Amino acid sequence: MSTAISAHDVAKRYGEVHAVDGAEIEVDGGEFFGVLGPNGAGKTTLLEILEGIRQADRGAISVLGRSPWPRNPELLRRVGVQLQASAFFDRLTAREQLRTFAELYGVGRARADAQLETVGLTDKADTRVEQLSGGQAQRLSIACALVHDPELVFLDEPTAALDPQARRNLWDLLREINTEGRTIVLTTHHMDEAESLCDRVAVMDAGKILTVGSPAALIRQLDLPQQIIVDRRLLDGDAVVSVPGVDSVAADGDSVVLTTRTPAQAISALAGLGALDGVQIRNGTLEDVFLQLTGREYRA
Amino acid sequence: MSGLRSLLVAMWTGFRRDRSALFFTVFFPLMFLVIFGALFRGNPAAKVKLAVVGSDQPALLERAVTQPGFDQVVTIVRADTLESARRRVADGDADALVTQDGNRIAVEYSAASQTTAGMARGVVEQIVQAANLAASGAPPTYTVTERQIEDASLKPIQYLTPGLLGWAIASSGIFGASATLVVWRTKGLLRRLRLSPVRLGDIFGARIVLSLLISLIQMALFLTVATIPFFGLKLVKSWWMAVPVMLAGTLAFLAIGALIGGVAKTQESAQAMAQLVVMPMAFLGGSFFPLDKSPSWMQVVSRAFPLRYLNEGMLDVLGRGKGPTAVVPDLLILLAISVVLGALALRVFRWEK
Repeated sequence: MSTAISAHDVAKRYGEVHAVDGAEIEVDGGEFFGVLGPNGAGKTTLLEILEGIRQADRGAISVLGRSPWPRNPELLRRVGVQLQASAFFDRLTAREQLRTFAELYGVGRARADAQLETVGLTDKADTRVEQLSGGQAQRLSIACALVHDPELVFLDEPTAALDPQARRNLWDLLREINTEGRTIVLTTHHMDEAESLCDRVAVMDAGKILTVGSPAALIRQLDLPQQIIVDRRLLDGDAVVSVPGVDSVAADGDSVVLTTRTPAQAISALAGLGALDGVQIRNGTLEDVFLQLTGREYRA
Repeated sequence: MSGLRSLLVAMWTGFRRDRSALFFTVFFPLMFLVIFGALFRGNPAAKVKLAVVGSDQPALLERAVTQPGFDQVVTIVRADTLESARRRVADGDADALVTQDGNRIAVEYSAASQTTAGMARGVVEQIVQAANLAASGAPPTYTVTERQIEDASLKPIQYLTPGLLGWAIASSGIFGASATLVVWRTKGLLRRLRLSPVRLGDIFGARIVLSLLISLIQMALFLTVATIPFFGLKLVKSWWMAVPVMLAGTLAFLAIGALIGGVAKTQESAQAMAQLVVMPMAFLGGSFFPLDKSPSWMQVVSRAFPLRYLNEGMLDVLGRGKGPTAVVPDLLILLAISVVLGALALRVFRWEK
């Protein structure tokens, strides 16, 4: 696949604040790429530079082989954008909204109506945007970003302020969009979102990109011990001692938590003891990656 | 072009559904026209009111009534009895009481109103003389042909219509353009549009076309109401030249609105700034009373406001009945203001907060 985005040594300063400080990003075509970090990490500024809303102080940026700055309408035709705050025309219905954007991109009405279907808003077609719920508005906003069938889509915190159910629904939609071959760049401060959706993640903090990789690889690199959580009733107090390769044991309510670096050994021993019903194995998470990289707890 | 059209359709739909905007840009000024128009209607060309008793109409009057034009000079007030007819005259409901006894015509009038009584007497005498002449059978030696000389003093409806229309167009242009820019910017819609291939020219163009359409609607409504007989505006000669003046005025106000929309950070401050421009301009620019009758300092100050040129231009063709070229200076000034302020507005335009 070709390179969708290539950004080298990108920096942006607001007064004394280094919002983006020497960021490097390469995004392949068709990739679902996440920019993960706490609020104020510089994710949105970086995204805005890539979108072409802001001019970087320095850095070489190429989006679909073009420079996003100054504003380039030809490039904008190939890119879809969903902004943090949904921006709609006042007092228009969902359908009218989409049709307006479709026409702005020179796309037919049929395409707009089909897009409404894709994001599951057909039954809200005649509802004014002011009356849509947060999740529906977000879906409409994404539909507006996709109406012209762009090669590359930028999504800025698409699930912020959504309830858990709406978030899950939106995740399904985003995966679907990605499988259609589009490149997606998404910012999020939810670790689980990045883990669940992204092929690769750039972890960002204080304007710097700390590391880039697939969530699994990043976690694997940490080389953390695994935790095996067993039902306490199934594991006799003394039997625990006989499980090989366990570094430490802790009681946690109804469970016993075994920490091990040789899970295969421990699990086969547990199987011998008949203690595997309802077993859980916990790996490290991106939070652990963040903790290791920054030395502090992740707080979104 | 498709960018401009889609934005225009979206804006028009939004405008149509915005009840408060509809009220303030369309109905509110129209309400002023109706109220002021009714208040200052005055009595057009006061007629002479002659009281007669019952069906016993003096034969002489009866014949006169059939003459063309009579009803424009005289109104007949009928009373049941001689007593009530006299009371009508005493109360001022009629100017004089006319009775006929054989060949004798009697005119009774109140001493309170000498002028109207004089007019009543004159009318009756005229009728009698005409009757005498007709009775002699000789053709009249002298005849009088009448023609009304154009009245230099304006009737209220003649300056209220262009003045209030000018005010309406100024408000909707200035408030509309500034609100579009500020609301779209604060809500992030401008940013979203910036990330679409639409041209800035299309955004401005759509707002301009929308405002021109709204202005045309306002004008059509105003002229429709003002020309109903109750209000009595008559469209004469080159009234249609008010249309280009009005459109040029709209452009000037849009430029002012865009300027405010570029400078203001919030919708509240934009509204305050717009109000600060519109109200003094409406008062000093001759929207509520004619500049002809204003003190000279005001006539000087008014030249600073684009609304003055719009009001004067429209007044020339809607009220003063002047020819089409009378509005050309006002039209050119308005276009010049539009160009200068429009260029300034483009310079202060910002996509982002």
